[in-house]
Amino acid sequence: MQEDLALRGARYLRRRAFDWIAEVGRVTLLIGELFRFLAPGLRSFGLVIQQMGSIGVGSLWLVVVVSLFTGAVAAVQAAYQFSTVVPLKFLGAVILRSVIIELGPVLTGLVVGGRVGASIAAELGTMKVTEQIDALRAMAIHPVRYLVVPRVVASIVMLPIMVVFANAIAIFGGFVVAVTSIGVSAHTYVIGLKQFFYLKDLYSGLLKAFFFGGIIGTMGCHYGFATEGGAEGVGLATTRAVVASCVLILISDYVLAHMLFRFIFAS
Amino acid sequence: MIRIRGLTKRLGTKQVLDGVDLDIGKGESVVVMGRSGTGKSVLLKHVIGLMTPDQGSIEIDGQEIVGLKEHDLDEVRKRFGMLFQGAALFDSLTVGENVGLALREHQRLDEREVRRRVAERLEWVGLSGVEDMKPASLSGGMRKRVGLARAIAMDPQVILYDEPTTGLDPIMADVIDQLIRGLQRRLGVTTVVVTHDLVSAYKLADRIAMLHDGKVVFTGTVDETRHTQDPLVRQFVQGSSQGPIAV
Repeated sequence: MQEDLALRGARYLRRRAFDWIAEVGRVTLLIGELFRFLAPGLRSFGLVIQQMGSIGVGSLWLVVVVSLFTGAVAAVQAAYQFSTVVPLKFLGAVILRSVIIELGPVLTGLVVGGRVGASIAAELGTMKVTEQIDALRAMAIHPVRYLVVPRVVASIVMLPIMVVFANAIAIFGGFVVAVTSIGVSAHTYVIGLKQFFYLKDLYSGLLKAFFFGGIIGTMGCHYGFATEGGAEGVGLATTRAVVASCVLILISDYVLAHMLFRFIFAS
Repeated sequence: MIRIRGLTKRLGTKQVLDGVDLDIGKGESVVVMGRSGTGKSVLLKHVIGLMTPDQGSIEIDGQEIVGLKEHDLDEVRKRFGMLFQGAALFDSLTVGENVGLALREHQRLDEREVRRRVAERLEWVGLSGVEDMKPASLSGGMRKRVGLARAIAMDPQVILYDEPTTGLDPIMADVIDQLIRGLQRRLGVTTVVVTHDLVSAYKLADRIAMLHDGKVVFTGTVDETRHTQDPLVRQFVQGSSQGPIAV
């Protein structure tokens, strides 16, 4: 009985491992097709602009709210942890660096990943189950060129732009809290910002955002195209796209941080 | 024009197509009928290269399309138009953009010419002046007609219809049937219709093929279909649950 259970467990794990490998293979093929159709896809520039509006402008208010409170919380937490150990004149510097290196790109990536990844997967998933993708192919229009390239390119372009916004708003949120409730003067906060601002920190955050944008667009499209069945399939695709985007953003954040700060910007 | 030989396709555990042989002549209107789930739509998707068979051959004007690369297949597809079962209109585009999409993508026409052609095709299907409407605001019959206008936008040589009258009331179904027949006569296009609607089949067909158990088990004219002694066809035509077709 126990042996049977172990055997079934082993079979299940083997099946899941194969499924996972197949999934990685399908994503790799999609990325390959994305590069293949990049140039022709970009010729339909109107579609890219349309997606940039939908992805960027549509997510802006969400990013503003999240960033504002992220900066505010960062100020409160930093002030609490500094206590008697670190002078509060460094508050601006700590908020600045934590925001532009980590909090800005990652939180923007997760929030946009949730909204945009779900939206792309739901849209393409619905197109798949209602035969709209087949209709495109029947009209000799390649779905990767017409649907995937504009969405992934728009995500890659818009995410760094949104991160710049998010950084500015988070630093402003921290400023408001620092000045109004922690007792740091505006002058001290701004001096801290200026003293510890390094361009490489900003670049590292933007580089992360570039990759996060690619992950969000690609995962949304991949799970949208993989949708099977009806409404249930669309729901499942949406959930999977969001989960995969978030997990991959966090994993790639670590990998990029390791590469950037241990090797590239180490000196 | 279209020559299908030994076409097989397995989906999951089900052998959907099991050696389909079918010839469709230039300018001919062939209706493929059969019970729901017998693989009629799957057959149609193979003809336009949306699905790849496990085995078999499909020749279009003497050119083998099985195994063609996507790019070469696209050149073949430009000679086809297809009306999908649910019309498959692009929700994010207006009616005019739906009908003009292939023209904008494949032909270097100025915008005025594209708009003229879109208006003309919509007029042919009896829907003038709906260019700015969104598909979501159309009725089922209107969606099918817009799908039809989109299918004929590129002046195709072959039009494929997947259950064109399913889900429509009998009067609208007759409107669609007349449009299909009218377009075939007007444009001289080869027409392939898959349906289980006998009324439509009789109106549309020069020749009827019946698909059963993954094979074409009968082909004949409308009269031959009506009067055949083939027990499979008779059971289907009579709409009887008793007979060789297992329910």
